[in-house]
Amino acid sequence: MIEIDRITRLYDGKPAVDAVSMTVETATITAIVGTSGSGKTTLLRMINRLVEPSSGEVRINGEPTTGLEKHVLRRRIGYAIQGHGLFPHHTVARNIGAVPRLLGWPAEKIRARVDELLDLFSMPPAEFRDRFPAELSGGQQQRVGVARALASRPDLLLMDEPFGALDPIIRTRAQEDLRRIQRALGSTILIVTHDMEEAIQLGDRVAVMDAGRLVQHGTPAEIITRPATAFVAEMVGGVERPLRLLSLFPVSDLIQEGPAEGAAVPDRTSLRDALSTCLWTGRDALPVERDGQRIGRVTLDAIRSRAECHA
Amino acid sequence: MRRGILLRLALVALLLALVLRPAWFAPIFAPFAPEGGPVIYDRASLLSLSLSHLGLVALASAAATLVAVTLAILVTRPAGAAFRPLSRTITNMGQTFPPVAVLALAVPALGFGAGPTLVALFLYGLLPIFENAVTALSNLPPATMEAARGIGLNRRQRLLQVELPLALPVILTGIRLSVVIALGTATIGSTVAARTLGEVIIAGLLTNNTAYVLHGGLIVGLFAVLIYDALVRLEAGLSRRMGLAKAA
Amino acid sequence: MSTRNAPAVSAPGLLFAVLGLAALLAPFMTLAANRIVAGEGVRAWSMAGPEATLPGLAAIAAGLVLGLPAAWPRLRLAGAALGLAGAVWLLVQGSAALLDGAGDYARVSPGAGFWCLLVILALLMADALSNLAPGPLARAGLLAAALLGLATVLGSGALADLSIFQEYASRKDAFRDAAWRHLWLAFGSLAVAAAVGFPLGILCHRRPALREALLPVLSFLQTIPSLAMFGIMIPLLGWVSDTVPGAQAIGIAGIGFAPAFLALVLYSLLPVGANTVAGLETAPPAALEAARGMGMTPRQRLFQVELPLGLPVILAGLRIVLVQNIGLAVIAALIGGGGFGTFVFQGLNQTATDLILLGALPTVALALVSAIAMDILVDLASPTPERHR
Repeated sequence: MIEIDRITRLYDGKPAVDAVSMTVETATITAIVGTSGSGKTTLLRMINRLVEPSSGEVRINGEPTTGLEKHVLRRRIGYAIQGHGLFPHHTVARNIGAVPRLLGWPAEKIRARVDELLDLFSMPPAEFRDRFPAELSGGQQQRVGVARALASRPDLLLMDEPFGALDPIIRTRAQEDLRRIQRALGSTILIVTHDMEEAIQLGDRVAVMDAGRLVQHGTPAEIITRPATAFVAEMVGGVERPLRLLSLFPVSDLIQEGPAEGAAVPDRTSLRDALSTCLWTGRDALPVERDGQRIGRVTLDAIRSRAECHA
Repeated sequence: MRRGILLRLALVALLLALVLRPAWFAPIFAPFAPEGGPVIYDRASLLSLSLSHLGLVALASAAATLVAVTLAILVTRPAGAAFRPLSRTITNMGQTFPPVAVLALAVPALGFGAGPTLVALFLYGLLPIFENAVTALSNLPPATMEAARGIGLNRRQRLLQVELPLALPVILTGIRLSVVIALGTATIGSTVAARTLGEVIIAGLLTNNTAYVLHGGLIVGLFAVLIYDALVRLEAGLSRRMGLAKAA
Repeated sequence: MSTRNAPAVSAPGLLFAVLGLAALLAPFMTLAANRIVAGEGVRAWSMAGPEATLPGLAAIAAGLVLGLPAAWPRLRLAGAALGLAGAVWLLVQGSAALLDGAGDYARVSPGAGFWCLLVILALLMADALSNLAPGPLARAGLLAAALLGLATVLGSGALADLSIFQEYASRKDAFRDAAWRHLWLAFGSLAVAAAVGFPLGILCHRRPALREALLPVLSFLQTIPSLAMFGIMIPLLGWVSDTVPGAQAIGIAGIGFAPAFLALVLYSLLPVGANTVAGLETAPPAALEAARGMGMTPRQRLFQVELPLGLPVILAGLRIVLVQNIGLAVIAALIGGGGFGTFVFQGLNQTATDLILLGALPTVALALVSAIAMDILVDLASPTPERHR
């Protein structure tokens, strides 16, 4: 558990981050979202003390971060940034093994861990271990960057716009990968982004920053349905709010008995995608299947009322 | 900024005084002269030596600029491309030839006097200018070049109106490097009987008269520093204008 | 030219062939009655009988022709080597034949034709090499082979009749001393400049204020003409040697080795310092941010990230210094610092061309070899293998 306790950072007397308090539960993803200059990156960098707080403190599992030397603290916290920041003169394996090496792990253990992570990120170790960053595609470089941040099984992973430099298709895949890996490893992740869509897709919780203050901290559904301020409402986007909300829930939430024509959709499909399919194929209801077995249907009316009831 | 201007004016004044009114400095240099020996160099006027020194440098640098830029234009055209790798090797290796050695090797071929000095200054001056001109002409912004073709400029117009003006600041850097080297090499030219300020220093070295050495050294050093500084400012001004022109 | 895209004949090769054959028309060697008088030029084919000159002439012509095909750089390289061998053969045959019965004081030396051919064949070799673009290890091998060839030719005594070697023969000890002194001046000042400039560069990298103040001063030092710099060192060190106790005992004096050495060190500080700063700045900012974020200490960042990435640039600074100091050390002779410059300036005084060459040629050779060797080191220091470019 990460407790951020009234943390403030002043630059020239003006607060960049102003008395922000927030608790991050273990094994969850919290997305910090805001415009540029909102203080979101400064907040993140105060957690591994790349920026020293002017006041307030951060506790990881109850221990204040000031209790450790800075570099020791940072070795316990994973850190991934936009543009990956890989060392161009080290191979993929050496890049991923950087923190374990700083921690003095034995070579065999580092090697095993590197291969394990490469497998996890669907990059066959035999093929990728000895390549240099310049020999990878942008998406691969970014995956190596995240793998490096996870290498020493850190208590906490901080990510600063990690997918900012990727094109939209690769970006979506990278987000899905991160979700999958986070579930598999049970990691605690704090991710900074300026993209509300990304925050809603990835975050178990979303924290919205504006002018150095934390204006709202809640589940994605709360942020969409009950924006705390006009700024949050604008970030969520008035017109698209119902669609964003629908994208959070699977069709299995609204499943009911009854007939439906045409091709079936899997039960994990989001309501948003189901709505889209209905409109595109001109149907009022879609059959739903789980593991190839038909288990019911979802109707256009049900989807509509779900979106209306929250709007 | 103001302090910089004052410092420069003071240095120019000092230089002019050292050249035009050497007698003023006799009390300062006297402790360095041998007992009873002359303090101020009087075998030639310092002004005429300075003019001859600067004249040699200007002539050699002007000729080197003309030839080097022409050659650079030739090897950056499609027809001259076959000579590109060779020219790169020559400039790379040529610059490892010590200027003094070039000077000394010119003597057997050309005899003593201003001739070998001029040739050595010219040959050695070619290299930095050529290198910079080739770099500048082959790294022009592709979008600008495309636009120049697009608006219908022919090759000649592109070269004169777009390529050369854009390459000018980098070419100027090459000229500056070459002028600084030429100023230094011309000083040594007095060992092969060219009339330059080196004469004062050499005379001091030969007669153990440190006053001469110091006097000559100060003049040459001040000339080099001030000319270098002036060229740096010229380049900075030009690139700034170029930057503004690009932004507009 | 057969097709537009791939001309069969290399344009530079054609130029070299034409110029090379023209150079053969110029006097290949000169014969002089003694050391001082101007010699008389002799063309290659009239130096000796055809049985002696023909093999050499044929080798040169064949070498120039082998330099033509654009598609076979290896063949062109071999042609250049063959041509050089031919030129040396002619030199050996010619000196023996010309000196035969020419008198005890007669001197033979290479003439304009030989020097032009040497330059043309060297350029052919350089052109072939730049097309081949060999890797650093291959270049090191070629350099070693070339040096071995040169050492064999010089060591065999076959060229001992040439006047430059007669100058050498009468000054063997002085030459050895000058060589040592020259190497000491060039490499010693490099070592001191590295020992001072390297930490200075790291400091400048850490403290921008220091960099703003220091680098302009160093670059002004760099512009001061060498003779003036050497001259100004004389009263400065003379004063030190007179006033600081013990300075004289360790060899510090107004003239000689000390002022020359100090001037060379001063000249070297800018390239070493500025390239160290530039080298340390080559590390991508994102990589440095990541290094900080993963918990590297400043020391670890310097040694594991910044230095390995900046090494080629830092070494390039040392290359500049080494080549520059080998050249400047010649001028040290004017203030009694010794080195090859001693022969150059003695030769200029006595208008003895061979003596000038005895000083100038080793200097040029030393500078060239150092430059090539340092280029190889710079390539070897590249933090990522070539295949990534």
